[in-house]
Amino acid sequence: MLTRICQAQALMESACDAVGRQINIMEVCGTHTVSIFRNGIRPTLPKSVKLLSGPGCPVCVTDQGYIDVTLDLALRDDTIIATYGDMIRVPGKAGSLETLNRKNVKIIMSTIDAVDLARQNPDKTVVLIAVGFETTTPATAVAVKQAAAENLTNFCVLSGHKLVIPAMNALLSDKNNKIDAFLCPGHVSVIIGSDAYEPIVRDFNRPCVVAGFEPMQIIEGIAEICRQIAKGTAENGSIYEVAVTAKGNATAQRIVAEYFEPYDGYWRGLGKIPGGTLRLVDEYSQFDAMKRFNIDEIPAEELGGCKCGEVLCGLIDPPDCPKFETKCTPDSPVGPCMVSSEGACSAWYKYGRRRKQNK
Amino acid sequence: MTQSQTKKILLAHGGGGRLTAALIENSILPKFGNETLNQLTDSAHLELGSGSICFTTDSFVVKPLFFSGGDIGKLAICGTVNDLAVAGAKPAALSLSLIIEEGMDFEIFEQILQSAAVTAKAAGVPIVTGDTKVVETGAADGIFINTAGIGTKIDNIDLSMNRIVPGDKILINGNIGDHGMTIMSQREGMKFESPLKSDCACLNDIISKVLETGADVKFMRDPTRGGVAATTNELAASSLHSIELIETALPTDLTVRAAADMLGFDLLNIANEGKFIMVTSADTADKALNAMRAHPLGTKAAIIGEVTQKEEMPIVELITTIGGRRIVQMPYGRELPRIC
Repeated sequence: MLTRICQAQALMESACDAVGRQINIMEVCGTHTVSIFRNGIRPTLPKSVKLLSGPGCPVCVTDQGYIDVTLDLALRDDTIIATYGDMIRVPGKAGSLETLNRKNVKIIMSTIDAVDLARQNPDKTVVLIAVGFETTTPATAVAVKQAAAENLTNFCVLSGHKLVIPAMNALLSDKNNKIDAFLCPGHVSVIIGSDAYEPIVRDFNRPCVVAGFEPMQIIEGIAEICRQIAKGTAENGSIYEVAVTAKGNATAQRIVAEYFEPYDGYWRGLGKIPGGTLRLVDEYSQFDAMKRFNIDEIPAEELGGCKCGEVLCGLIDPPDCPKFETKCTPDSPVGPCMVSSEGACSAWYKYGRRRKQNK
Repeated sequence: MTQSQTKKILLAHGGGGRLTAALIENSILPKFGNETLNQLTDSAHLELGSGSICFTTDSFVVKPLFFSGGDIGKLAICGTVNDLAVAGAKPAALSLSLIIEEGMDFEIFEQILQSAAVTAKAAGVPIVTGDTKVVETGAADGIFINTAGIGTKIDNIDLSMNRIVPGDKILINGNIGDHGMTIMSQREGMKFESPLKSDCACLNDIISKVLETGADVKFMRDPTRGGVAATTNELAASSLHSIELIETALPTDLTVRAAADMLGFDLLNIANEGKFIMVTSADTADKALNAMRAHPLGTKAAIIGEVTQKEEMPIVELITTIGGRRIVQMPYGRELPRIC
């Protein structure tokens, strides 16, 4: 393994020499962000390779308005909130699901747990807090399918599911962007397939390389990007062939298409992204929590000058936010990028800080 | 009503009357009885010699009550025995206090007591005093156990942060994270079958074997809650010395590692119940390591890092598998499984 890493590093060095400027690579996936920090990859890269942590952490890109809706729903006596663990500490205007300390907030490990809760509690409405990218949406679709098959009328989904490609599109459409290439997410690509990045490569002339999560795969992915940039080309490639095919997982794509449709929803930091969020199709709208509880989607102002939005766009590094490490820590997070274990601020705080006197 | 007529714990079992007496006579004394305990006095009278005494207490509220590799009874004994052992003490006696939820099945209660008795016996530590309370349904979760322990300081060892110097070695007696990942995998709501097994064990014997080698031991602690990350951070902060851990040297079980990866957990933050971190001088580390490896509880023991330099704001760093570096933080206190 070390030999391959050394080869990749040599490739990066020579590519960087040839390019003669900083190469900005955005990793779009939160799991990549964590792996990069946990394995100490940044210090092993050439100085001119800069990694930007993009909007790939599902908790982080969830709009503040959505968080506030989950808190409102949790405060009702007729609901049970079924949520993945990452979401409970994200602060909204009235605290967080954790600080509300309500007995009706249940951490689930699978969407089917939420359906089970609905069956076991017929006098309550179970709201599945459904966030995540293409990787998690199929599981939500399966839960809706199950609830529909059982005719469970007390189950609904608050969909905050997001799509990666529209986000990448939005990032590159911003003329202030500094992104030279994308290290594309491994898990998401298993579902959507590596061909899905073709339009990004074609329309914006940016290399898109899918990599797995082992440190060697990440380093080789970065090296492949450097190679392309040095050569002056932009290609759509995958070095994660073990898991990612060109066309992706057709079964997962089918079930998502059957239950969900894209619309222009709000993202934290990125605003409204055309076709970037998923909601249930009309046929299954009885399972849509927004409709059931008559909620309108309103973008909320982000709390207290939090710069998570700029971090998510790769415009600043977490330590550039004035609240980082002072007002905003994992124990007392201001923004979601500090809450989620996959958030850039959390990863930076946990693994990236150096000795104080060296700062 | 006698105990044989009821299969559930009743509030009256903690009421101090006939049912309490029956519970002590039928469930406690047959399992734990010894000369001191049998007297059923308000305080145990112990002869401990003239040396220095160590005293500790710990409460146990684990869920589920039974898990692969142990149960709350075993845990309650091991936890307190280990707290004495890592303080350089030979455990002499324990107390056992039970807070039981009304309605608990007697059969389960007996199983937990039996497990505690077997564990204490194997560790060679008598239970000399105790207490039983029963609380209403809902006021406890099955059973809570408190144990306190007293021990005599072992001669000729000097555990002191002041003696820690750059170059000292950091050792552990085996795989990390087994207990925490086992509990998480068996906890309600996480439905995956797994062959994971808690490392829950009493460490007094292996520790005394290491100390007998004469290795220059400067620090010991059991990395329970917060795992190796918390213990090494406490060590760094108290000794004012930075620490480097070597990722490739950390002993881990492949299944445990896979489970942690899947849920997005860092094994360094995960609890252990049968492990101790030890700091020795560089020149006696191998002696300690060999003694660990010769013991059944230390076959996977390893030197996992070293003390690097004295500084005002010490840090713990991990040298990663690929030769990178990253900081090892004091964990927040509650690990949250990630979304994907």
